[in-house]
Amino acid sequence: MTDLTPLTPAAAAGTRPILSIRDLSVSFLGARNSWTRVIEGLSFDVAPGETVALVGESGSGKSVTSLSVLGLLDPTTSRLEGSILLDGHDVLKLDEAGMIRHIRGQAAAMIFQEPMTSLHPIYRVGDQIMEALTSHRDMPKAEARRQAIALLERVRIPNAARRIDDYPHAFSGGMRQRVMIAMALASRPKLLIADEPTTALDVTVQGEILDLLKDLQAEFGMAMLFITHDMGVVAEMADRTVVMLRGRSVEQGPTAAIFADPQQPYTRALLASVPVLGSMKGEPAPLRFPVVDMKTGVAGGALPLRSKPDLTAPILDVRDLVTRFDLRGGLLNRRVARVHAVENVSFRIFPGETLSLVGESGCGKSTTGKSIIRLNDRSTGSVRLGDDDLFGLGAEAMRRKRRDIQMIPQDPLASMNPRMTVGDALVEPFLEHRMGTAAEGRVRAARLMDQVGLTAAMLERYPHEFSGGQRQRVCIARALMLDPKLIIADESVSALDVSVKAQVVNLLLDIQDRMGIAFLFISHDIAVVERISHRIAVMYMGEIVEIGPRAEILERPRHAYTRQLIGAVTVPDPARRHLRRNLAVTELRTPIRPLDYAPPARRYEEVAPGHLVMVEG
Amino acid sequence: MGATPEHETALPPADPSAGDKGWSRRGPWRRVLQGLLASPTAVISAALLALIVVATLLAPVYAKQVSGTDPFRSGLSAKIKIDGKPVPVMQQSTEGLGLGVTPIGPTWGPQYLLGADGQGRDVAARLLYGGQNSLLIAGASTVLCLLIAAIVGIAAGYLGGAVDGVLSNLIDMIWAFPVYLLAISLSIVMIGKSYAFGPFEISSGSLIVPILIIGLVYVPYVARPIRGRVLALNQSEFVMAARGLGIRPGRILWRHILPNVSTTLIVFAPMLMALNIVTESSLSFLSVGVQPPNASWGTILQDGQTLLYSRPMVSLAPGLAIMVTVLLLNLFGDVLRDVLDPKSARGR
Repeated sequence: MTDLTPLTPAAAAGTRPILSIRDLSVSFLGARNSWTRVIEGLSFDVAPGETVALVGESGSGKSVTSLSVLGLLDPTTSRLEGSILLDGHDVLKLDEAGMIRHIRGQAAAMIFQEPMTSLHPIYRVGDQIMEALTSHRDMPKAEARRQAIALLERVRIPNAARRIDDYPHAFSGGMRQRVMIAMALASRPKLLIADEPTTALDVTVQGEILDLLKDLQAEFGMAMLFITHDMGVVAEMADRTVVMLRGRSVEQGPTAAIFADPQQPYTRALLASVPVLGSMKGEPAPLRFPVVDMKTGVAGGALPLRSKPDLTAPILDVRDLVTRFDLRGGLLNRRVARVHAVENVSFRIFPGETLSLVGESGCGKSTTGKSIIRLNDRSTGSVRLGDDDLFGLGAEAMRRKRRDIQMIPQDPLASMNPRMTVGDALVEPFLEHRMGTAAEGRVRAARLMDQVGLTAAMLERYPHEFSGGQRQRVCIARALMLDPKLIIADESVSALDVSVKAQVVNLLLDIQDRMGIAFLFISHDIAVVERISHRIAVMYMGEIVEIGPRAEILERPRHAYTRQLIGAVTVPDPARRHLRRNLAVTELRTPIRPLDYAPPARRYEEVAPGHLVMVEG
Repeated sequence: MGATPEHETALPPADPSAGDKGWSRRGPWRRVLQGLLASPTAVISAALLALIVVATLLAPVYAKQVSGTDPFRSGLSAKIKIDGKPVPVMQQSTEGLGLGVTPIGPTWGPQYLLGADGQGRDVAARLLYGGQNSLLIAGASTVLCLLIAAIVGIAAGYLGGAVDGVLSNLIDMIWAFPVYLLAISLSIVMIGKSYAFGPFEISSGSLIVPILIIGLVYVPYVARPIRGRVLALNQSEFVMAARGLGIRPGRILWRHILPNVSTTLIVFAPMLMALNIVTESSLSFLSVGVQPPNASWGTILQDGQTLLYSRPMVSLAPGLAIMVTVLLLNLFGDVLRDVLDPKSARGR
C-alpha cells in the first residue's frame, strides 16, 4: 500500500482543523491476553464546517475511530497510540474528567445508529434535552425549557412546544433520531459525529434526516464526521471521504474525486458493487452485479438472467389475502384494536419469475410472506400454489406441501439451530420429506454447498463458525435441498455488506437461471430490487398501492407513495449533493384500527399492460 | 460496526478457513467444557466436590479400617485407648450436680476423630455416612425435579392452550405454598408409613420419601422458566424456519427445542442441588426427613443440638460440611451459567 499523506485542505486554507488524527492505532484485548490491532496508522483531518465521511464495510474500524475520538473505549481492554487533536485538546492525554469538561458534549457530540435505544425510555424527551443543556452550563429551568423547545423546532419536530413533554415511545424512529440530533446540538458542538445515523431508518425517513443534517450544518456551521457503509449517503453528505479497510485508510480525498477516479482497487471494487437505482434503464431482464477483479478493482461485464418466466400458468396465486392481529389490553385483556397488517393483497407469480414486494418497515411485506406459507394462522383469502389451495390443506398435507415453497430469512444466524451442524441442518428437511436416505442427503448437501460457493468440508461446522455472507449461502443451500418451486426471500440481503450483497444477489440469479425457481423478493432496498425483479409490487400500510413490470414502476411511477419512495433513495453520485428532496416531515402512520373499522373497497386502474395503480376513494 | 454482528472481511473473497481457529471448530457442548476447564474456580470447585463425594463413598472403609467404630450402634459403655490408657467414650460430667454424661470430645486420632455424639457414636464416621444420604437425596431429588419440571414446562410451553392453562395454574397453586410448609406437611403425612404400588413397595423410613418430597416442592421454580424458554424458542427464527421447511412437530420438539432448553436445565442443576441439600438437612433436623438409625447431615446437626455448649463439634462438623458443599456448588454453578449463557456473564 502506498504511503498516504492525509489531505489537509484546512491547512492549505490557513485554518486549523477542528479534528486532527495522526497515526492512530487501536488494539483490543482479546482471548488469552493477546492484543489485536483493529486500527493501524490512521491519519486524517476535519476542517471547521467540513463534512468528512468514514466509509467501509463491517469490521473496517470506522465506529472504533469515532469512539476513540470521544474517549469512549474501555481503557482496560483497549490501547490507543498516536494522537487525536480535537479543538486543541489532545484526547489521548486527557483523563475522564477532562474528556467531560472539554470534549464530550462540548467540542464534539455524537449521534448513534439506533434511535430506538439511545433515548432513555422513562424520561420525557424535553427533560433529556434540558439535561444536555444544563449539564455544562448554569441556566434557569424556564430558560432551558425555552431553549429545548427551540432545539426541537430547529430539528423540525412539528408541535415542538406540546411534544416536549412526551416520552420517547410516543415518537417514531425518525422522530427519535431528530430528538437525538437536538440533544447533540444542545451544546453547540464544533464537531458532530454521526455514526450510521440513518442505517436503522426507512428510506424516506433517511432522506428527511440527511436533509435536516445538511440544513443544520449550514445553520450552525459545524464540522461533521459521518460514519457510514452506504456510498449513496457518502456521495450526498461528504466534502471529503476516507475509505477504510480492516483498520487502515485505503484512500482519502475529495468525495467527487474518489467517485470519479478512484485510485485504489478496493475503492474501485467497492464502488462497482454498489447498487445504483436507475442503472437498469433499458435492460430487459434482471441483471447480475458486475464481477469485480480483486487485484485491479476493475468491474467486468454484468451477465443478464438468461431464463425467461414461463407465463402459461402461475405458480403462486394470492387472492384477497387479509391478515389482522388483535391488540389486547385493559383489565380483562379484551380486544381493544386491530392491526390490519395485510389488507386485500392479490398477486400472481409465474415459474422463473421474480416479484419484489417493496415498502417500508411496518407496511406488511414480511407478514405477507409469512401468511402465504401459513407461519401465522390469522389470515383469510386464498393462496394457490400450483393446483393446491394452501389455506384449505390439513396440517400434514400442508407440511408435505412446504417442500415446494421455501424461505430465505433476513437473519441467517437466528434462523439456524445453534446446536446443529450445518450438515445436519441441511439433511434434516431432506429426510423429513422422505426424499432419500441419509447418505443421499449428505451427497446432495455437499453438492449444494459447492453450488452456493462453499465447500463440503464446511458441513461439519456449526452456524457460529461462518461469516454473515457464508451463513446466508448456507440458508440458500438449505432452501434448495427440497427442490422448491418458489422461494420467498425476506430481506435476505439487507443485513449484508455491499460486496457480499452483490455476491448473494448474483447467486440467487444463478439459481433462477439453473432451476427456473420463482422468487418472491421482499425488500426495502429499491436499488437491489431493480436488479433482481421482473415485476414489483409496492406496499403501503398493508395494501398494494401499485404493481407492475419493473421498468414501468421505477420509470413511470403513478402512485404518490411510489414516487416518494423512489425519490428518497440515495444515489452514489456526488453531483447530486446539493439537491434537496423537500420531503414533508412525516410521522409514521400505523395500520392500527378500531375494532369496527371496515376497510374501504379499493379499485385498481390499469395504466399500462400489467401496471395496476390503486385509485384512492 | 454495521447493522449486524458479522465479520466478513470486506471485498477479498471470504477465506474458507476463517473459522478454523482451534476451539471454534467444535460443537457447542465442547465449548462449554472448554469454558469450564479454562476457569480455575470451576475446576477447583468441581475437584473439591468430587473429593467430598468420594470421601462419603469411602465411609464404610473409614468405619472398618480407620476408626474401627460402628456408627450405627450406640456406644454408651465403649472404651477407647488414648496414650495407652483406656478412656470411656461417655464421661461422667464433673460439673454441676455430676448427674450428666458427656460424650468424648474430638480426639484428633483415628478413633472418634471428631468426638462422639449423645449416644456415643463416632461423629466422623457418621458424618461420612450421613453425607452419603444427604448427597444421594439431594442429587436424586435434583434429577427428579428437573425431569418433572422439564416435562411440565415443555408440555405447557409447546402445547399451549388448555394444557398450558391447567399446568400453569397447577404450578401457581403449588407456588402459593411456602416451600418448607409444603415439605413439612407432606413429610408429616408420608413419613413413617409404608406404601405398596403393585410390585413396588416403599418401606417406612425409606430414603425415597424425602427424595420425592424434596424433588416435588421446587418443581414450580424450574418449570416456570422452562415454560417461558419454550415459549420464546417456539417463536424463534430457527424454529419458524424448521416449520417452514416442513419438519414434523415431534422432531422440532426433539431436535430444535429440547437441546436449547437443556442449557437452562443444566444451569439450574447445581443451584438446585445446593438448595436441596439445605432443604434435606432442614427436614432431617426437624425429624421429618431421614429417619433413624439412618444418618444425614441434618440428623447429625440435630443430634448435636443438646451438646451445643459442651461438644459443639457434633453440630459444627455437619454444619460446615453443608456450608462448604453448598458454597462449592454455587461457585461451580455461577461459572456454568456464564459459560452456557455468555450474555449473562459479568465483565471480567
